[in-house]
Amino acid sequence: MNNMRHKKPLLVLLIMATVFFICNTTESPAITEGDPQKALEAFATISKVLRSPRCINCHPSDNVPRVGDDSHEHLFGVVRGAADHNGPVQKCATCHQNENNAYTRIPGAPHWGLAPIGMGWQGLSDAQLGQTLLDTSRNGNRSPEALVEHMSHDALVLWAWDPGEGRTPPPVPLDEFRAALQTWLENGATVPE
Amino acid sequence: MKINFKINGKAVSVDVDADTPLLWVVRDELKLKATKYGCGRAMCGACSLHVDGELTRSCSFPVKFAEGKEVTTLEGLSPNEEELHPVQQAWMEENVPQCGYCQPGFMMAAAKLIKEIDNPSTEDIKANISNICRCGTHPRIIKAIKRAAQIQQSKTSSL
Repeated sequence: MNNMRHKKPLLVLLIMATVFFICNTTESPAITEGDPQKALEAFATISKVLRSPRCINCHPSDNVPRVGDDSHEHLFGVVRGAADHNGPVQKCATCHQNENNAYTRIPGAPHWGLAPIGMGWQGLSDAQLGQTLLDTSRNGNRSPEALVEHMSHDALVLWAWDPGEGRTPPPVPLDEFRAALQTWLENGATVPE
Repeated sequence: MKINFKINGKAVSVDVDADTPLLWVVRDELKLKATKYGCGRAMCGACSLHVDGELTRSCSFPVKFAEGKEVTTLEGLSPNEEELHPVQQAWMEENVPQCGYCQPGFMMAAAKLIKEIDNPSTEDIKANISNICRCGTHPRIIKAIKRAAQIQQSKTSSL
């Protein structure tokens, strides 16, 4: 009897641990095994967007932002700078505000700036692009779910589909891009080898 | 739409279209004429002023974004009318302007520069200020910025 009393807390702990385990394992993970072929097809759609000037211009593999549909180097000596927002005097926000400026035609969106150098996409093959996207040491420690969330809803990403006069949006409509991201995620977030 | 902000330390309220460039509010509503219209494309820098201490092209800055912020123009660069800002003093000593039109923008950029880089080299100046002067006063501007940095340092060390 006395022995049972000592064992009771252990039993409760065991039950709690079991419940915790079940709760955590029964929550369906966002990434399932799925169909790798479907994921690869979705990635091909995603890749078309990421390679469009609207996205890759601010994901350079060097330290100079690109501009325009022809991705020419940014004028005025604009560079990456220590914090991906140009230098300490003239920053991206010196000219770029939170929205497009119809008067000066300067594009703008919240947190306008370059992606970190680790997320430079210029010159990458599809396989390298995929690996870069999934590498948590380079992608801001984002899981595939967080990556999809970022690419689906971040204000600066969404700007690509509302870039203002004289700038071509990505070749895939936003709803199709979001659907491709979801398909990619639900089918294992597979990237080309 | 009413927009409230501070300009050169003084609280103001302006009733204008929210998308009006801050440049025109400063010049036409608040009658501060140092800040100039140059290219109107945020390229030349003649319209440069400070918003919350950050260098800003006011021709490309809708006034609605100034709500609640501190705007500083060349008129408010020095703490009072008896005391010159190091940049103003250096500009006079080096006799920088020719036509003078672009100089306020350059001076606002220079003030931000010596705040961020207290002893700037020629390379620092060239890399961090992209304003344009069609009279070609850039060599004098570079000399003046270095002089302004010296004045700033001497003022700081004498405190």
